Amino acid sequence: MEITPEKILEVQDLTKIYGPGCPLCLAATGPDYDTNQCPHCGSVVACGQVSLELYPDEILGIVGESGSGKSTLVKLLFFDEEATSGAMHFRGKKFLSQNQAELPPDLSERVNGENLLTLSSFQKRRIKNALMGMVYQYPHLGLRLEVSAGGNIAERLITAAWRHVGNMRQRATHLFEKTEIPVQRLDESPENFSGGMQQRVQIAKALSNNPMFLFLDEVSTGLDLSVQARVLDLLRTLQREFHLSMVAVSHDLGVIRLLTARTMVMKDGRIVESGLTDQILEDPQHPYTQLLVNSQL
Amino acid sequence: MLALDNLTKTFHIHTLGNKVIEALRGISLEVAPGEFLGLSGPSGAGKSTILKCIYRTYLPTAGDIWYESRDCGRINLATTANRTVLGLRSRELGYVSQFFHVIPRVSALEVVAEPLVTRNGILPSVARRKAAELLQRLQIPPSLMDAYPATFSGGEQQRVNIAKAVIWKPRLLLLDEPTASLDLQATAVVMEILRELKKEGTTMIGIFHRQDMVRQITDRLYEIGGQQL
Repeated sequence: MEITPEKILEVQDLTKIYGPGCPLCLAATGPDYDTNQCPHCGSVVACGQVSLELYPDEILGIVGESGSGKSTLVKLLFFDEEATSGAMHFRGKKFLSQNQAELPPDLSERVNGENLLTLSSFQKRRIKNALMGMVYQYPHLGLRLEVSAGGNIAERLITAAWRHVGNMRQRATHLFEKTEIPVQRLDESPENFSGGMQQRVQIAKALSNNPMFLFLDEVSTGLDLSVQARVLDLLRTLQREFHLSMVAVSHDLGVIRLLTARTMVMKDGRIVESGLTDQILEDPQHPYTQLLVNSQL
Repeated sequence: MLALDNLTKTFHIHTLGNKVIEALRGISLEVAPGEFLGLSGPSGAGKSTILKCIYRTYLPTAGDIWYESRDCGRINLATTANRTVLGLRSRELGYVSQFFHVIPRVSALEVVAEPLVTRNGILPSVARRKAAELLQRLQIPPSLMDAYPATFSGGEQQRVNIAKAVIWKPRLLLLDEPTASLDLQATAVVMEILRELKKEGTTMIGIFHRQDMVRQITDRLYEIGGQQL
């Protein structure tokens, strides 16, 4: 067995600037200046030259305060937002079978060595449907609350080219069992569900296409502690069972400690520190990380 | 197997006006394969810091930590990539911490069985049986095995912590006061388990709060802030 496995996703210098942007934006913002807003043109550098690697079967944590750019980062990875610049390469072709993920043959050829960020929005959507899942902080972003829970799953399956209604129903039932949702509520709309159950429907929906990558944006924020523990526990189990590579964004160091092995700390749109999660928590190097760790309850 | 060369660790605490705390300075020591090295010295001398540097929970400030890995040869734990450290932790490197970080909503049995499943690839049902045997040996009553360790006493938590670290038979095991809150009987069981592990070839470095225990189990003592005994 290899000790250092190959990466499956490589991101370089990912940058997202809201506003007109100017040549000084990157040089004049960041933790050293204590701002993400460019003093010259007023643009906001939500993500500045962020590089990261993702390996098979791992959960990478992104931690930082509100406005640090961590949600933008994960939305860029999921193609929810269009990057201003940067590169994103998929390296995990040989791990596809392990996840039972499938890439359409023509796409499989294209993603090899190509910068995914430069693909057309149609191709990005196809890659997203084949390989990625996302769980948002707010269920209404990931679900259509007025459509039945099962319908939400079916919708996602249709985008992944499923057509047989019976098969889709069977898949939804299976996912509900895996995410601990009472199967008899399949035809009810998530509007009537509790917050924790809505999150579990989101997770079920995100997993329906057998993704390789699962992105979590503050997935347990706002839930009761007992419900939060249950959702996190579920994610740990699913990660192992489905061989998922996950990026978990949270402002809560407790969530990061529980879920992740590696962590990156963000401030003012930049990564200020990255390391093993226990090292980040017990021997933080950057002043901001030290402040964060020392502020823990 | 392991050689520390001039290991130095300083903490820069920015939140306290960039206060500098020197925890270790110029520690050099060697551990042979299969050896059990004890670390001793007064409280605050840096014993735990040494173990945490080897496990990379602390980032060494200077110096090298050479480790002869089974899978990837001679490697400097002070500087090697995070991913490599994670790989070593899951296949070779074990650590019993002084304090048990409890995972909510996972039973004692699952906590102990998990490393066998994820690291040794053993079937969950078999792993649970082995975990139950080990916990029983450590005098955790069967009625507690399905309970969450968060509700356990300090001594019980510590035994779960030890069980979880020894069950998968790591190649190098770091022990930070594993018996601090155990009674005599439980301590004797732990000592027996460690002796068996040593017989099977595990190399160990340990900190124990009681001198008689140290002499019983270790091959050699390294005194911090003094000479090697």
